[in-house]
Amino acid sequence: MNDLLKPAVEKLQKKYKAQVNEFKDEVTVFIPAEKNTEAATLLRDEFSFDMLPVVTAVDYCPQSPRFHMVYIFYSTKDKVYLTMRASLDGDTPSIKTMEGVYPSANWREREVWDLFGITFEGHSDPRRLLMPPNWQGHPLRKDYPLGYEEVQYSFNFDEIDLRKPKGER
Amino acid sequence: MGIDSKSGTPGVVTTNLEKLANWSRTNSLWPMGFGLACCAIEMMAAQASNYDMSRFGMELMRSSPRQSDLMIVAGRVSQKMAPVLRNLYDQMPDPKWVIAMGDCAACGGVFNNYAVVQGVDEIVPVDVYISGCPPRPEGLINGVLLLYEKIRKEKFAQWK
Amino acid sequence: MREIQEFTLEELKHKFSPRALTGDTVVLNMGPQHPSTHGVLRLIVELDGEIVVNCVPDVGYLHTGIEKNVENKTYQKAEVMTDRMDYMYTIGNNLVYCLAVEKLAELKVPPRADGIRVILAELSRIQSHLLWLGTHAMDIGAMSVFLYCMREREMILNIFELISGQRMMTTYIRPGGLWRDVPASFEEAVRDFIKVLPGRIAQYEALLNKNRLWQDRTQGKGVIDTKTCLAWNVTGPVLRATGMAHDYRKANPYSGFEQYDFDVPTQTGGDVWSRYLVKVEEMRQSLRIVEQALDKLPYGPVRDSNAKYIPPRRSEIGVSMEALIHHFKLWTEGFTPPKGSVYTAIESPRGEQGVFLESDGTAKPYRVHFRTPTLPLLQALPLVAKGAFVADLVAIVGSFDVVMGDNDR
Repeated sequence: MNDLLKPAVEKLQKKYKAQVNEFKDEVTVFIPAEKNTEAATLLRDEFSFDMLPVVTAVDYCPQSPRFHMVYIFYSTKDKVYLTMRASLDGDTPSIKTMEGVYPSANWREREVWDLFGITFEGHSDPRRLLMPPNWQGHPLRKDYPLGYEEVQYSFNFDEIDLRKPKGER
Repeated sequence: MGIDSKSGTPGVVTTNLEKLANWSRTNSLWPMGFGLACCAIEMMAAQASNYDMSRFGMELMRSSPRQSDLMIVAGRVSQKMAPVLRNLYDQMPDPKWVIAMGDCAACGGVFNNYAVVQGVDEIVPVDVYISGCPPRPEGLINGVLLLYEKIRKEKFAQWK
Repeated sequence: MREIQEFTLEELKHKFSPRALTGDTVVLNMGPQHPSTHGVLRLIVELDGEIVVNCVPDVGYLHTGIEKNVENKTYQKAEVMTDRMDYMYTIGNNLVYCLAVEKLAELKVPPRADGIRVILAELSRIQSHLLWLGTHAMDIGAMSVFLYCMREREMILNIFELISGQRMMTTYIRPGGLWRDVPASFEEAVRDFIKVLPGRIAQYEALLNKNRLWQDRTQGKGVIDTKTCLAWNVTGPVLRATGMAHDYRKANPYSGFEQYDFDVPTQTGGDVWSRYLVKVEEMRQSLRIVEQALDKLPYGPVRDSNAKYIPPRRSEIGVSMEALIHHFKLWTEGFTPPKGSVYTAIESPRGEQGVFLESDGTAKPYRVHFRTPTLPLLQALPLVAKGAFVADLVAIVGSFDVVMGDNDR
């Protein structure tokens, strides 16, 4: 582990009894989901983590807990990254918003709501970001299909052609 | 077309009306460059000085659909953009033509998924398809010249 | 799905001022198709006469579902899709994805491959800045600069075509190194370009720097300060134009950038004019890096020799059984890096471009998230645009250098 990260990681470990994982010189800290804004405020104020480049989620579908919220913090002074994960369960999980601590999380959380369906409590603008506003479903979940279109070869050309929508003048 | 030189007044050309109308339509086709993604960059490169498209009459990209007769769909069309595309096509006055530039506009390209319309011909009728990802500027110029040949062959009976 | 979904003012009430509801100000749509050639960005602006009171960006018109599509392809095939994200810095997309895969699989990149990667990345940065300058100047009204910039850009695209066969979407940088070695005429082509570019940059500066019109259009417009930039996570030239010299090539070096000597240009104005100066100077510094990398380029292999991840040479397949088996496994199944997640970031011409890659031990990536630099830029746009004229809004959007493919993925 980078020495500059040690004080922050040890403080988080002590305060939240967090589990720390080290993989190929990256450090991941597992925080309980309710404490995400507290931990972020701690990192921003006491240790110099002034940027939050990554706010995203991972879906481990059949397993439980189903979602992991991933936050990656960056310090421009020490030039180190710190990953924080919070696990969420169920089909419509919710977690507190990071917007108050880092304003840049606003659109990133909208994107996570759009693509994964995780609600953020207290978010100022909970609308879809990338999909059309009345789209049903959350595309990046593992149980959402890819939407793959069958390829038209010469043997099935005509039957697919009948089904395909065609634009007219 | 025959130049009538016997009368002694040069500048009288005899032709038939279809050919005249078709010739005048091709020689200054104004594109509404619908540049969406990477193909837009190659379209801009085709417009620039190395592969000049103004040699073919396309001096400027008219961004307003009311003032253009050719729509070059350059790039991938997402589900959110599809109704906008149709709206703009409807706003163009007749006669109008559509070129689907690049693989994504022609058939969905590399992206076979929920978010990309698999070929812009699901929304608007396409006259020329240009393949490539992105097609070279020469490819675009070749597509434009193919469109000219197609227009030159049009007949009165087909006009709507 | 074929009907346009309109926003009603009721839905967006929380974004606009109360004057919009009474009709005191006009709410106008700067639609997804507009001539500023920045891709499909929709801005809903609230205008009081000519002054922008509020501006709401509506994105998602280029959403391609790359993150989901990549989960269904093997690692090698997924790289093709990364090219098409930020289509102005295509080499960088490949580079950051390959750096993430190499970190996960612990592949060693030979020094020759690193040197060539640096040369290509910096040439691509110059190409992106040239295109930016051309379109930005065209928006503001200096239309001839566009034609001059595309002229230099063609020289760079010819170099890319020389090494990989494709002008833009090269996919030349592969996990473990490069696809194959550069041809013999590469060095001559790059040296010709190095000779030509400084004079051309001087031409652009002669056209624009002392131009009274350009200065009036760009000075004092769209001011942003460092604290706002850091809070809203804006990186890249926009941050450097506010005075903070933060560059990922110096802060977290990758691909051997620590061996090269270059400056990180900064300005203190934070306005459109400062961003223009920073980017032109960055072009010069990138050229310096290209020259140093070309001088120091060592001889040697261009790809790692780890046979579980890198395909064997074609000449070996006919004579060696292991080579044949490795080739077969790589083509049918693909390689399987160990389980875990990594995050790598590089400096793209727009800011921090990063890849969060999680693998579950199979041949397909489990989750790939691209941290793209354009999203924070567009998020910060409403703060910067308040109180500007409509014409300045165009200049500000242009100076932020937004690429919608990057934003919507």
